[in-house]
Amino acid sequence: MDFGSTFFYKYRRFIKTLKIYFLLAGPGLIVMLADNDAGGITTYTVTGAKFGYGLIWFLLLLLPVAYVVQEMTVRLGAVTKRGHAEAIFDAFGSFWGWFSFIDLALVNWLTLITEFIGMTAALAIFSIPPVVTIVIVSIVMMLMVLQGKYWTWEKIAILFAAVNIIYIPAAFLVHPSVSEVLSVGLIPHFPGGFNGTLFFFLMANIGTTIAPWMIFFQQSAVVDKGMKEKDIPWGQMDTLIGSAFTVLVAIFLVVVTGTVLYGVEVESAAQAASMMMTTSPWLGTCIAIGLFNAGFLGAICISLASSWAFGEVFGWAHSLNMKVREAPWFYACYLFALVTAGGVVLLPNAPLVLITLFVQVIAVTLLPAALVFLILLLNNEEIMGKYRNTTLQNIAGTAIVVAIIILSTLYGITTLFPELLT
Amino acid sequence: MNGDECMVTLETVLGVRIGSVLSRWMDKIHEINKKYETPRIKMSPGVKIALLFLRVYLILLVVLLGYKFWTLLK
Repeated sequence: MDFGSTFFYKYRRFIKTLKIYFLLAGPGLIVMLADNDAGGITTYTVTGAKFGYGLIWFLLLLLPVAYVVQEMTVRLGAVTKRGHAEAIFDAFGSFWGWFSFIDLALVNWLTLITEFIGMTAALAIFSIPPVVTIVIVSIVMMLMVLQGKYWTWEKIAILFAAVNIIYIPAAFLVHPSVSEVLSVGLIPHFPGGFNGTLFFFLMANIGTTIAPWMIFFQQSAVVDKGMKEKDIPWGQMDTLIGSAFTVLVAIFLVVVTGTVLYGVEVESAAQAASMMMTTSPWLGTCIAIGLFNAGFLGAICISLASSWAFGEVFGWAHSLNMKVREAPWFYACYLFALVTAGGVVLLPNAPLVLITLFVQVIAVTLLPAALVFLILLLNNEEIMGKYRNTTLQNIAGTAIVVAIIILSTLYGITTLFPELLT
Repeated sequence: MNGDECMVTLETVLGVRIGSVLSRWMDKIHEINKKYETPRIKMSPGVKIALLFLRVYLILLVVLLGYKFWTLLK
């Protein structure tokens, strides 16, 4: 074969692969970009302002962490055709089933409130009242699910997820010193020495990388999408690309705030966006849009994760491929979560700061259980057959799960008792 | 029908409705508990240790949360 023919053959094969990927892409990409939710964006913003580019190396380490955990949900969902909530009930009995389910429902609802807080704070920068934001967001989210096709929902969600990449052009707007980003950011070190504050930020970054809702969401999404065992490699590729994007977005956001706000006391992404608005309106707008989008992505995934879990446990019809009359409870759960979470944000004097802190503590009670169950299920030959974890996957998975459990527990404890850090 | 009679009828209807809904929910929960009464996974030593660890971990967290709540009340 001459060079031209070889090139044409490889080009056709690449285009075909790309087409198949775009057909099968979805759960991994969406869950990973939604991982950079309102809480995540706030964490990265504050990390950049506090430590400059100093912790970029640590964010890179989070790529394999996110991939290893989420990849297991792809295999489990594709093989068992069951969501994580149902899989826990089935494998470990009703005690652990109810514990995980009730904890998930609570932590998801509280996290949904924090997503609404992020969205309203972001749009308040453009003088949009919170009530307008919440009503419009709720309507859009309902319309997204009511159209009756998982595939359509997924592609709309991917479009919204693409907006998350806004932090990449934003980083170019601030003209960072590339050599400084590379020399300071890529060499592992602890800026300012290893102390309580730095440790808290490391834990916070880990805490935003893996959240309980992500495990439940991706597994249920894989099932609702109808992925089969033969689709697992595509699901893995989807999750890997998603993990790369989530880390990339986090790094670029750290570069933005590390360049513009380094050394400035910042408490939230909305505050950072407001500060940037005065010096560079374009940049402030990018940060605010990114924050709104992050909250929106988080909200669509979290509310669906809960609705799927309710359907799985109570045996109700629970698929985005069903119309409202076919799965009324599924859509009722979805609507109930949106209306109540949005309503709490609009309550005058609602303890929103307390809710934000409480989320971290409650998430810590669920995350270890969800991760341990994941590892145990993936090691069960009767359930997983030839798709069970290999020795290498077990070593990587167990090491990551143990590290996440230790760090997220310490994060939860230091949130409860901040005086321990001083 | 006067106002008092209306209220009594409403309370009876609501009471019956709420009672019936609660009873259906309880039945559903019993049904789920029965369905998942026996864990499917084989209780090997590794699984037993992992579940024991989770129980101890959760008890410790509940104690910590309780302690925090108590110190806040104080």
